[in-house]
Amino acid sequence: MSDPARLRRPETVYFFGTCVIDLFYPGAGLAGMELLKRQGLRVVFPPDQSCCGQPARNSGYLDEARAVALRQIAAFPNDWPVVVPSGSCAGMMKTHYPDLFEGRPEYSKAKAFSARVFELTDFLVNVLDIKLEDKGEPVRVTWHGSCHSMREMGVVDQPKSLLRQLSNVTLVENPREKECCGFGGTFAVRQPEISAAMVTDKVAAIEETGTSQVLSGDCGCLMNINGALEKAGKAIHGRHIAEFLLERTSGQGGK
Amino acid sequence: MSDFTQRAPIALNDPTLRRNFRRAMDGLMSKRAAQFADPAAWAALRERGAMAKARAVARLPELLEQLEAKCTANGIHVHWAETTAQANAIVLGILQKAGAKKVIKGKSMVSEEMELNHFLEGHGIKAVESDLGEYIIQLAHEAPSHIVMPCIHKNKGEIAQLFADNIDGLGYTEDVDALTAAARRVLRDEFATADAGISGVNVAVAETGTLVLVENEGNGRLSTTLPPLHIALMGIEKLAETLDDVAPLLSLLPRSATGQPITTYVNMITSPRKPGEKDGPQAVHLVLLDSGRSRVYADEQLRDTLRCIRCGACMNHCPVYTRVGGHTYKFVYPGPIGKILTPQLEGLDCAGDQPHASTLCNACVEVCPVKIPLADLLVRLRTESVHSGHSQAVKGAGSRRSLHETLSWRGWQFMYAHPWAYGLATRLMARLGNLIPAKAPLMRQWTSVRTKPKFAGKTLHELARDKGFDHE
Repeated sequence: MSDPARLRRPETVYFFGTCVIDLFYPGAGLAGMELLKRQGLRVVFPPDQSCCGQPARNSGYLDEARAVALRQIAAFPNDWPVVVPSGSCAGMMKTHYPDLFEGRPEYSKAKAFSARVFELTDFLVNVLDIKLEDKGEPVRVTWHGSCHSMREMGVVDQPKSLLRQLSNVTLVENPREKECCGFGGTFAVRQPEISAAMVTDKVAAIEETGTSQVLSGDCGCLMNINGALEKAGKAIHGRHIAEFLLERTSGQGGK
Repeated sequence: MSDFTQRAPIALNDPTLRRNFRRAMDGLMSKRAAQFADPAAWAALRERGAMAKARAVARLPELLEQLEAKCTANGIHVHWAETTAQANAIVLGILQKAGAKKVIKGKSMVSEEMELNHFLEGHGIKAVESDLGEYIIQLAHEAPSHIVMPCIHKNKGEIAQLFADNIDGLGYTEDVDALTAAARRVLRDEFATADAGISGVNVAVAETGTLVLVENEGNGRLSTTLPPLHIALMGIEKLAETLDDVAPLLSLLPRSATGQPITTYVNMITSPRKPGEKDGPQAVHLVLLDSGRSRVYADEQLRDTLRCIRCGACMNHCPVYTRVGGHTYKFVYPGPIGKILTPQLEGLDCAGDQPHASTLCNACVEVCPVKIPLADLLVRLRTESVHSGHSQAVKGAGSRRSLHETLSWRGWQFMYAHPWAYGLATRLMARLGNLIPAKAPLMRQWTSVRTKPKFAGKTLHELARDKGFDHE
């Protein structure tokens, strides 16, 4: 990648927690920040952040999305990388902020901001070149790549390469990994039947891997997948990769 | 209303249909992937294809005039139809003048737009579909469920039954060779006795006035050479500037569509039969159909829709299409391309729910051989559907606007753009959210197959502050 921010290891990074993590998975956000801190970085979580604006943008409410996007840009004023524990929110900020402001006075500001946005696992691998030491018991896991992390952020192998560093972790590939889980934000409630069919198939494919947990880098997908796993009474459980990595490398068992 | 949302559960609850589509789409996806195994070669070819179509669409008006001039010089009669009704009238006029009573048809999605078979039948002219898939659904009195493989929703057993019921002397057999041979036998007679052939056009070359037609069964070639009269139907966007531009498209189309390196037949039609030639029709007509495409062309962003070469890769890879099948979309073009094309051709007031029926997963964007930004266009059409007077680009703009929804997003904006409001609301929700009943509006849809989302008790904002992360 040719992003200038990739060339040097920063001293300080911003962390954008995402609105889903804020309310439902704060542990994943804390774990992401802890992982960065353990790499010797100063991690700043600006309290004025809220949501990337994707729900409004994807629903066709672009003015509303712009207002919220501008508030985020203002909350991260310094020239530090913005690390995001979600490929979907990162994709919104990286690819759609410039689109949203094209031909507007805020364009250059949005463009400059978007250049600083990194998905967490990509940042750990490609900027920090992180080395992980596994302190957990043997475990078999499978991976769920989110659509936007794969197709908007180009994050496909980065999280898996992190898992491969863990000596006691066996990664079992899900042949249907690349198929959407059916979350799609408002899609899940706008098209409840189609979304239900998609997540039901996704859960079946995950179960076929015979693993005890499914890891992902996106809490939107996890909320969808976990809800369906739990409703169907499955033993398998979904977790954000940041929490998993932190536990494995802290000697907390990494279950 | 197209009521896509209302129709979807019918398909979702049909296990045979679900299985048929899943199996077929899985096969098509793996065949395509095998064709584009080298990412660098795929990227290079795709760039050539996308640029060829982008250039053609950008110069659409002048290229159409060039095409007309070249075709006319080659002896092909060119007709312009603004609407499907005009196109039908033109075709009928040509057939009546020739005294034609029966036409044999190659595959044409434009003829589906026109509902041509039905129209001709009403005027005493029999239209026989000669593409095997089209023949099957014609026997079943159904519409195509896929733009390349029209009867993909049917399995072998269903086709065997249909043939047993409709073809004289053929009992029930699932032997594919026997079924194909039976259809061939029936269609041979139809070819030999047809008064005219009707076909679609995959690419029309403006530079040379050539009509390119790809197919696998030879039925396209027979339909366009055996009868004395050939009428080609084409949407005005199916253009290429030059013959050179056809090369990448001819490679991308079959590989994207069916995973074939090339189709069995590639027909290039440049004129009617010339003196001394042994075959070919005495007269060739080209009908150019607009039917809303000029309006699509007029908007610089939406114009990218017109690059489509109708390979169907977007639907083959669509997790929604795979589950609901083609008939749920009701209109001629299903899947992701249908979700952007149909609302533009028919109006957002007719098909405005379709752009919303997507997770924006980008699977279609990843495989589109001409780089149509389908997800961005879906968002654009969503925007048009909820903003009246936003622009005049799409018919029926604003038809899905509601006061309730508009106010909800205003409220959303207020909360997420004001840190104090956001902090207050999220702290409250984190603590009280789990009290929302599973049957509450919106939560009800979510909990049909999922447990309720679990609010964490304390927000990340609070936890980050506790751990000292928010200090600059």
